[in-house]
Amino acid sequence: MVKRYGALTAVDGLSLTARRGEVTAILGPNGAGKTTAIEVCEGYRAADAGSVRVLGLDPARHSSALLPRIGVMLQSGGIPPAVPVGEYLRLLSRFHMKPHDPAWLLDITGLTASARTPYKRLSGGQQQRLSLAAALIGRPELVFLDEPTAGMDPQARHATWDLITELRADGVSVILTTHFMEEAERLSDHVVIIDAGRTVADGSPATLTGSAGQLRFRAEPGLDTDSLLSALPTGSAAKESPAGHYLIEVPGGTIKPALLAAVTAWCAERAVLPSSLRIESRTLEDVFLELTGRELRG
Amino acid sequence: MTAEAAAEPATGSRFTPAPGAAPMRRMVAAQAALETRTLLRNGEQLTLTLIIPLLLLAAFSLEPLVSFGGGYTRIDFLTPGVIALAVMSTAFTSQAIATGFERRYGVLKRLGATPLSRTGLIAAKTSTVIAVELGQAAIILLVALGLGWSPDAKPTAIVVVPLLVLLGTAAFSGFALLMAGTLRAEATLAAANLVYVVLLGIGGVVFPLTKFPPGARPVLELLPTGALSTGLRDVLANGAAFPVKDTVTLAVWAVVGITLAARFFRWE
Repeated sequence: MVKRYGALTAVDGLSLTARRGEVTAILGPNGAGKTTAIEVCEGYRAADAGSVRVLGLDPARHSSALLPRIGVMLQSGGIPPAVPVGEYLRLLSRFHMKPHDPAWLLDITGLTASARTPYKRLSGGQQQRLSLAAALIGRPELVFLDEPTAGMDPQARHATWDLITELRADGVSVILTTHFMEEAERLSDHVVIIDAGRTVADGSPATLTGSAGQLRFRAEPGLDTDSLLSALPTGSAAKESPAGHYLIEVPGGTIKPALLAAVTAWCAERAVLPSSLRIESRTLEDVFLELTGRELRG
Repeated sequence: MTAEAAAEPATGSRFTPAPGAAPMRRMVAAQAALETRTLLRNGEQLTLTLIIPLLLLAAFSLEPLVSFGGGYTRIDFLTPGVIALAVMSTAFTSQAIATGFERRYGVLKRLGATPLSRTGLIAAKTSTVIAVELGQAAIILLVALGLGWSPDAKPTAIVVVPLLVLLGTAAFSGFALLMAGTLRAEATLAAANLVYVVLLGIGGVVFPLTKFPPGARPVLELLPTGALSTGLRDVLANGAAFPVKDTVTLAVWAVVGITLAARFFRWE
């Protein structure tokens, strides 16, 4: 898929496949082209090149066949500010043959008490929850959730995660974008990381994060990491960042028992007690930052 | 929870897909009902569409603020003009402002992701405008009758008046959507109100076009408000059968406005 806005190429040869019945997370820094890619799939704009099929349909040409089958949660807004929550959901329910009961959807999104409140008086998290309910009202086969938990408090975020897990279990396909790596790691079968309009990584969270190649521990700041490194097998890396947090990595490999013994022996020699010692794989966030860099995006 | 909600299974397969669009007519009716309710709840919109026309009708008919000439009673002169104003306020000003802000808040964009098509949305907006106009007409005509209005009209007026109003509505709606779909919401708000005030002044609503300089009058009669008020006055106060020139004028405005709106309207 290629999509340009004037001189700006927002999506530059992006290729991705989201399988039915799965949760696919699209990750990427701001400006990577996530929203543009999703909006092409929703039929809002035609791609300049490439081919796009959603549920087997071309969204630009067959939107009237596609739209009843999908649910859409825009990144923000889209709901008339003066219209009460319950009335808005009832309106959308009239657009579908077998809609969910609006009262039930309000209940499971925790909005029953706000049913008579105009959208503009809801908190940011409540607005997101209404937007999520609106995406689900028509019993869609596929939902697009553009940053679904942005602005939600932890309770609402966990409830939304449970809801997305339930959607998947009931056979609804989900495509979501997020900046929360934990969200992607926890919910998705399939993660696509995009940057500058291209796919830079594609796979299950476990594939992307790889094997348990990290050992982390906390100890007093300022230990000599060079001498630690010389006690470790070649190919290891050791660093202190931030102060008092130590990270030993075996790039592309796994931490072996001998390495753990070497680290603890090295600590014992110095009468240092390592605390919070963990052996784990990289997080999705590590992978994301490695692939997309650390500089701030526009 | 309501009894209806109990129909949803408590656990398991609550979200099993069952998609499908409702019939177009049901979608349009639901959207029109919501838009009408929203409009009636909005104080500023109601002032524009009902309070100002009624105030003008009452004030100018009870007190000789302007001499209308032409042998009309004040209320007989005013009623057609105030109907024209009411049509302009609903189809043009109110619709332009509401749609401009819907566009700005992404409401139109969000509706674009629902089964309601753009044609369906336009149909809903048109239904809303016509429903509000019917309400306005009923109230204005009742108040006018109470103020002693006695129309001098042929029986054909029962067809010709709705025709003029429909053509005027089409013309005003075209320009309302052109403005709402191209300008920023704040600019639409300002411009739509400005046009309303200017056309109220020079559209033959309460100030007779005969009072303007002779050279200006033919031009003012070619404005949509001037054509609508003059046409309605011809039919309702002068007993004219069919005001050809005003009808053609409104039809031309309608075609131009709708064509431009269809060409330039931007949904986002």
